Amino acid sequence: MKSRLSLSVNGEAHDVLVPVHKTLLEVLREDLGLIGTKHGCELGECGTCTVLVDGEPVLSCLALPADLAGREILTVEGMADGGRLHPLQQAFAELGAAQCGYCTPGILLTAKALLADRPNPTRQAIKEALAGNLCRCTGYTKILDAVELAALRMGQNGLMGQGGLTSPIVGRRRPGEGAPTANPI
Amino acid sequence: MNKQFTVVGQPLPKIDAWAKVVGETKYADDLVLPRMAYGRLLRSPHGHALIRSIDVSRARELAGVYAVITAADLPRVKFGILPVSQDEEALCSEKVRMVGDAVAAVAAVDEETAERACRLIEVAYEPLPALMSIEEALARPEVRIHEYGDGPNVHKNVALQFGDVEAAFAASDLVREDVFFYEGNTHLPMEQHAAVAHATPDGKLTLWSSTQTPHYVHRLLPRILDMPAAHIRVIAAPVGGGFGGKLDPFAHEIAACRLSQLTGRPVKIACSREEVFYIHRGRHPVLMWIKTGFTKAGDITGCHLKTWLDGGAYGSYGVASTFYTGVINPVTYKMPVYKFEGARVFTNKPPCGPKRGHGTPQPRFALECQLDKAAEQLGLDPAEMRTRILAEPYTKTANHLTVTTIGLGECIDRVVDASGWREKRAKPRGQGPRRRGVGIAASAYMTGAGTAIYWNSMPHSGVVLRADRSGCVAVLCGATDIGQGSDSILAYLPAEVLGIDPKDVHVHPADTSLTPVDLGSYSSRVTLMCGMAAIQAAGRLRDVIAKAVARKLEVDPGELAFRDRKVGVPDQWERAVTFAQAVELAEAMHGVLAFAGSYAPPKRAGKYKGGGVGPSPCYSYSACVVELSVDEETGGVELHDVWIAHDIGRALNPLLVEGQVEGSVYMGIGEALMEGQVFREGLHKQPSMLDYKSPTTLETPDIHTLLVETDDPEGPFGAKEAGQGPLLPVPPAIANAIYHAVGVRCDEVPITPEMILKGLELLRKGKPARVGPEKIPLFKFKEPVVVESAFGQPADAVAARPFQSC
Repeated sequence: MKSRLSLSVNGEAHDVLVPVHKTLLEVLREDLGLIGTKHGCELGECGTCTVLVDGEPVLSCLALPADLAGREILTVEGMADGGRLHPLQQAFAELGAAQCGYCTPGILLTAKALLADRPNPTRQAIKEALAGNLCRCTGYTKILDAVELAALRMGQNGLMGQGGLTSPIVGRRRPGEGAPTANPI
Repeated sequence: MNKQFTVVGQPLPKIDAWAKVVGETKYADDLVLPRMAYGRLLRSPHGHALIRSIDVSRARELAGVYAVITAADLPRVKFGILPVSQDEEALCSEKVRMVGDAVAAVAAVDEETAERACRLIEVAYEPLPALMSIEEALARPEVRIHEYGDGPNVHKNVALQFGDVEAAFAASDLVREDVFFYEGNTHLPMEQHAAVAHATPDGKLTLWSSTQTPHYVHRLLPRILDMPAAHIRVIAAPVGGGFGGKLDPFAHEIAACRLSQLTGRPVKIACSREEVFYIHRGRHPVLMWIKTGFTKAGDITGCHLKTWLDGGAYGSYGVASTFYTGVINPVTYKMPVYKFEGARVFTNKPPCGPKRGHGTPQPRFALECQLDKAAEQLGLDPAEMRTRILAEPYTKTANHLTVTTIGLGECIDRVVDASGWREKRAKPRGQGPRRRGVGIAASAYMTGAGTAIYWNSMPHSGVVLRADRSGCVAVLCGATDIGQGSDSILAYLPAEVLGIDPKDVHVHPADTSLTPVDLGSYSSRVTLMCGMAAIQAAGRLRDVIAKAVARKLEVDPGELAFRDRKVGVPDQWERAVTFAQAVELAEAMHGVLAFAGSYAPPKRAGKYKGGGVGPSPCYSYSACVVELSVDEETGGVELHDVWIAHDIGRALNPLLVEGQVEGSVYMGIGEALMEGQVFREGLHKQPSMLDYKSPTTLETPDIHTLLVETDDPEGPFGAKEAGQGPLLPVPPAIANAIYHAVGVRCDEVPITPEMILKGLELLRKGKPARVGPEKIPLFKFKEPVVVESAFGQPADAVAARPFQSC
C-alpha cells in the first residue's frame, strides 16, 4: 500500500507517493534522486547512510519517512551554501579525508552535527562522535584532521581570506613528521 | 641531488575529491537508466551439494518478473580469473561448492519483486559432506570439491629450493622452528558490489561495474556470454573501496548481462552486505611452519618455509596467492639460501584471493615474529638486528628477484627515533594489571607484478594524451581509481611534464571501448605503470610542442622550458607563448595532438617454473613500531601509537601517500586484533558489519607516518608503491609488542583477549607462554624445483624495458 508523504529535504518541500515501509534511505535515493546518501549495510551498522533530521544524525536505512513529516532532513547535497562548500567539505577535499569517498557523506553530516553542538571539539570528542561511521580506506587519521581544520576555520571565520590562515593546509603535521626526506643514493 | 618539481611532491587535493565531498560521484549502484530492471541472485544455502533440479515456473509467473535464468540460459563454460583455474560458473549447473554459490537469477520491476521471485524458485539439492578446514579436506580425499588440481582437494602444490638449506642450518649458531596461523579475513569495502548491464538492439552490450579490473572482465565476458569481445564495452564505475575484493569477475555481473540480453532492458544487480561477505575473495587463512638459521650476530643463514592455504571453494587468484606466501620474504633481509613449500587446499567456504598485501602478510607475520624470538635468544635488540641484516640494494635474492633501492635502514632508524624505542624497551613495563610494551617489525612489498595474469608481450599499461586548443589535456587510461588516487596521479604527472596545472588535465574513467588497456588496480602497480606510460606520452607531446614553439621563437627546442602554463626560453620569458598557443602552433605543424605512452615491466622473471610470481620493477619497504597496553585481568589490548616509516621512492603527492599508509596500518590493526572470516557448517558466523568487528575511530590509535625517499630509477620520478606494503609490518609489530608487555607469544592472528589470558595462565604455571597452532598437517609436498641461489648477485646493470624507446 502506498501513501502520500510530505518531506522537507535540504530546505525543499517534496510530496512523494511511496509504500509505507520504504526507508528514508530508499526514498531519498530512489524517489528524490538524492544519490549522495549511500548504503553500506542497510541494517544500521555502518553509519554510511547518515543524514541529519532536525540537526541530529539519523541512520536513514532505519528511518521511515512516515515518521518524519514536519521534520527538516539534511543530506550531503544540502551542505554547501549554493556554490560555496561547507568548511567540512572543503577540509575533507584538501586534506585527503575522502579516499574512495563512499563513507564521506555520512561522516560529513555526523561531523556537522558535532560541530553545531561543540564548535571546538577535542580530538577524542571527534573520535567519539564518529565512532558509528565506519571507513575502510583512511584509517580515520585524515578525517579527524579535516574535522579539526574545519572547526578551526569555522571558529576563525572572519579571518579566512584575510591572511588569517596563511596556508589552506594546516593539518596536524608535527615537526619532523610527514615531510619526506631525501635519501642520497 | 634534488630534482626541481612543481606538481610532484605537493600535497594537492585529489582531482575527484570535490565530487566526493558533495555526493556527486556516481558509484555503480547510483546509475539509473530508463526502463531499468532490478536483479537478484538465488544463492545456495548448502556448503556442498549436487543440484538435482531447479524449477523456476512459479517465479516466472509472478507479476513484475521479466526474466528468470539458470545455468541452462548460459553457455556451459567455466571461467576463472587465472587461465590455470577455470573452475567457476556464474550460475552453478550441477553442483554448489559453498553457501552463497549462485544458482539462479531474476530480473523484475523492482528489487523486492525480484527477491520474492527468488523465493519461489524451487531447487532440489542432494547435500554432500562439506569440508570446512584444511585438515578435513586432506583427510577426506573421497569427497572431491573439484576434479582438477594437484591431488584430492589440493588446488596447488609447489616447492622451490634455492641452495642447500640443511647445510646452512647445520652451520648455524641458532636454528628456530615455529608454527604460525593467520586467520582469513575480508576486504569489507564500504560499497557493496553492484553492476548495471545494458544490452542494446544492435547486439552490443555495455557493463558498468564496481570492478578493479575492467580489462580482465572484458576478456572473460565474451566466452561466458558467447559473443564477440568487440561488441562488449566494460566501464569501471568509481569504486567505493576495493582492497582486492573487486578483482574477480562475479556472478552478479554476468547475470546482469544475460538478463539484460533476455529482457531488452538495462538490468542492475546490487549485492547485499551479506552477499559481499560470501563472494569476498579475501585473505587466505594460512598455516605456516618456518625454520630459520641464525649466526650469533643475528645474520640469517637460511630459511625454510612451508605454507598451507585454506583456499575455499574456487581457484580465484589462488595459484598466485600460494606463490606469494613464499616469494616476497627474501627481498627484505640477507637470506643466502631459501626453500619454500606451499599448498592451497580447496574447502567448502567462500574462495579466498587477493586482499591488500596478497598472500604476503601471513608469511611476513611468521618471519617477523620469529626474528623477534631469535633476537631475544641471541641477546640482540630486534631493531638493531634487523638494521644489520638488511638486503643489499641492486642485488638479487636467493629466489632470483632483482632488488633496486632499499630505504629500509632509514625506515627502521626513523621509527626507532620517533617512537623513543630504546628508552621504552629498556624501562620497566608499568605497574598493576595494565602493562605497556613496544614491538617492531619490518617488511617489503612489490610495486606491480612483473607479469600479467595471462602471458603476453603487450603493454601492462597504456595512456593516450590529447592536447586541446583550449590548453586542456585529456588523459585516457584504463586504470581504475578505487580511492587510492590513481586518476589524480594521471593528472599530476602530465601536468608536471607539460608545465600546466593539474586542473587543466581531464582524466577519463576506464572504458574498454575508449581507454588503452591497463591491467587493473592490483599488486600496487598503477602509480608506477600508468605513471611511466603517462610520462612517456607527455614527453612525446612535449617534444612536438617544443618543436613548433622553437620554430616560432627561432630558438633550439632544447632551450625551451614548460612552466606556469607557458612555453619559452627561461632568460627570454617575456617572449614565452601560452600553453594553449603552443598547442595551436603544434597542431598546425603536426596535425591532431594525440600521443600514446606504453609501459611493461623489465623482463626479470627467474628462469625456473614459478619464476613469474614475485618479480617487480622495484620493492617498497616499511618499518613499524607499535606501543600498546595489555590488561592482564581482561586480556584486552589497547593500542596507543603506531609509528610507521615507508620507503616510497618518491612521494608524488605526500598527502595521498600518507593516506595510503594510514589506511594500510588501520587495516593491519583490524587483521591483528579483530577481524576473522569464520564459518560453522558452511555458514559465515558473522556476515554483518556489526558482528564482523573492524576498527572504528575509537580502536584506531594515532598513526605517525614518516616517508623515506630513495628515488628509484624504475619508478615515475622515482616513486614506488604505498597502498599495500605498509599493512605488512603491523600485525607482527603488535604481536611483538604484546610479548614485550606481558611475555606472551601470540603466534596466531587475530589476537583475542582469550588468547592472551591463556598465555598468562601458562606463564603463571611456569610453562612456555605461547599461544598458537599446535601442529601441522601430514602432507607431502612436491619434489622441489631445485635452482641455484642467486643471492648477492649484482642486479642487471641496465634493466631494459619493453616499449621504452619505440
